[in-house]
Amino acid sequence: MHEWTRKHLLSIEELSKEEILTILETAESFKDISLRPIKKSPVLRGKTIVLLFYEPSTRTSTSFSLAAKRLSADIVNIPVKSSSVQKGESLIDTVANLEALKIHTVVMRHSRAGAPMMLAKHTNASIINAGDGCHEHPTQALLDMFTIKQNKGSFDGLKITIVGDILHSRVARSNIWGLSKLGAEVTVCGPPTMIPVEVEKMGVKVTYDLKEAIAGADVVNLLRVQFERESGMLFPSVREYAAMFSMDDTMERFMKKDALIMHPGPINRGVEISSSMADGKRSVILEQVTNGLAVRMAVLYLISGEKNNSEEA
Amino acid sequence: MKILIKNGTVIDPVIGDIKKSDVLIENNRISSVIPNISEDKCEIFDASGLFVCPGFVDIHVHLREPGFETMETIETGTRAALKGGFTTVACMPNTNPPVDNEGIVSLIKLRAEKDGYVEVLPVACITKQRKGEELAEIGKLVAAGACAISDDGSSVMNSMVMRRAFEYIKMFNIPLIAHCEDHNLSKRGQINEGYYSTSLGLNGIPSISEESMIMRDILLCEYVDSRLHIAHVSTKGSVQIIREAKKRGVKVTCETAPHFFSLTEEVLAGYDTNFKVNPPLREKEDLLAIQRGLKDGTIDAIATDHAPHTSDDKNKEFQDAPFGMIGLETAFSVGVTELVKKNILTLPELIKKLTTGPAEVLNIERGIIKEGSLANITIVDKDKKYTVDKEFFVGKSKNSPFIGRELTGSIEGVFVNGKLKYDKGVFNK
Ligand SMILES: [Zn+2]
Repeated sequence: MHEWTRKHLLSIEELSKEEILTILETAESFKDISLRPIKKSPVLRGKTIVLLFYEPSTRTSTSFSLAAKRLSADIVNIPVKSSSVQKGESLIDTVANLEALKIHTVVMRHSRAGAPMMLAKHTNASIINAGDGCHEHPTQALLDMFTIKQNKGSFDGLKITIVGDILHSRVARSNIWGLSKLGAEVTVCGPPTMIPVEVEKMGVKVTYDLKEAIAGADVVNLLRVQFERESGMLFPSVREYAAMFSMDDTMERFMKKDALIMHPGPINRGVEISSSMADGKRSVILEQVTNGLAVRMAVLYLISGEKNNSEEA
Repeated sequence: MKILIKNGTVIDPVIGDIKKSDVLIENNRISSVIPNISEDKCEIFDASGLFVCPGFVDIHVHLREPGFETMETIETGTRAALKGGFTTVACMPNTNPPVDNEGIVSLIKLRAEKDGYVEVLPVACITKQRKGEELAEIGKLVAAGACAISDDGSSVMNSMVMRRAFEYIKMFNIPLIAHCEDHNLSKRGQINEGYYSTSLGLNGIPSISEESMIMRDILLCEYVDSRLHIAHVSTKGSVQIIREAKKRGVKVTCETAPHFFSLTEEVLAGYDTNFKVNPPLREKEDLLAIQRGLKDGTIDAIATDHAPHTSDDKNKEFQDAPFGMIGLETAFSVGVTELVKKNILTLPELIKKLTTGPAEVLNIERGIIKEGSLANITIVDKDKKYTVDKEFFVGKSKNSPFIGRELTGSIEGVFVNGKLKYDKGVFNK
């Protein structure tokens, strides 16, 4: 296995293929642990991990929190209401204060793209990006890749389609970087208003036609559509979006027999996906949640584990 | 009191001439520009190996006073100007309160006379409170000393208001300086719309937000036969639109800023807020078009858009940090490094963009070096190299995109109104 030397996990873009595979392989061994009757491992005993969430996210913070507990770390939860970002203490001051308490690792969710990169320049602690604005969501992409690997074995030549609001999706960006590095072919699909300019330069194909996007795809990853964005400028109505881009039973016949359906959650049932598809045999949506735990254990272990700390000392 | 600038090479941007010559200053005027002037009873400035130019003119700076004195003041901003070789600066009216009544014009002029290192020409607002709704009292503002009008920082989005402004200024000998940006198209934008806005997950400011507004303003100006100066041109399309307008005789001039002919958007990959500016850093082909526009005369002037911000404001999340970069101290060096040393412009051509070019935009008698003209003189070394660090800057703010870079070309001496105000690093107020 490739040796892990990185202090932070800020983006998938900056990782090499070998580094991604190292995380996925480490996650495999942690998944084994989670299947044992005694699920705890002592590897992060004595380490303090801060969960600094400037944006509410029950799913991601719960997953990180449980992952840290399984590794015997001490956890400090600091949920910050997004409204206090502007009014309150600056981000740099917040982390300077945390650092004075000798913490090792900050898992950070922020509504502003680039916030973890800025923080990494101003602190000695390790930063794990748990989602920054519309930029990246590395651990979500890693758990998506892990789930694909568990189901498909390898990435070479695999065709993966991501459907939805690509423009505003950090999940899409992290997945595009990661999957392309691993050798998969990525297609993005959505209304043209939701496809960011020059996205082809990130190595993807673009289509506005859902049928074309899913034909031949091995995996279809559906993104949550957020209605509140740009009030009516991105698409005219939820009804029209669903009519053109919803993954429902009528799409079944256009899919490959063994194609998987993924979704980062939370699901808008009846909008980007129908209940029958979300709960159907192709869906690995709950498996993604389970795998998220193993992947986040792997990330915490690699970033906060022994080797990285001895470097700091 | 006579001062003799000896053994230098004089650059006259009016005729594009370079020649070995001495320059004699008597009182506050240039009394003679010929070789081998006698040294009798003169104080000597030895300019051996140096170029003697007219004092530089910057028609786009933000001095932040009144209202934002933690970022910059008239005193500190003009000190930065002096260090950069500028002897005249036109300051933008987006202060607090904005320059929309003659009292603020007078205040700026008084403060400049008292604390300023160089000449300050206030630019006044087009509209009351810069809101883009009603015309400011332009006649009174001009009478008080405004050199131009501008709502810099925003476009006047209402085309009817803009049309009336173009018509109204025909009574006065001033240009309308337009910040061209369609705010609906650039809404929430952070950086240039393109590959980097996509990969960094930041909202884009598309080139068309600038170009469509330049097109509108040119059409309005042409329709009522007025005068338009376009601020901080940043895109290839803008250069082309202005080139065509000039060709058909529209009274339009424009400026670009040093960062648009030296930097492109890739520098934003690390989310460094010192590179956050509006208009944003664009792409390589835009940079090349800007350079061609400077060469062929489409772009009349280099103006810094010196926009100071405190480090507390810049040390925020990218989206929350303000737009703007300082530029006064480094403008000439960036010009030499990126244009002269790379054979895009000759040294006299660069000097022209810093002197007569901007002076003609404002229709002021500045940027000239000849017998009888005001003794505003900037003396430069075109080959001296230095590395920019924070200590290099003498204004209040340090938000320069060039920190850490090696630049060529330095300001060695500056005469303002006949007085040696800057002498190789030493300031004399
Ligand atoms: Zn402006």
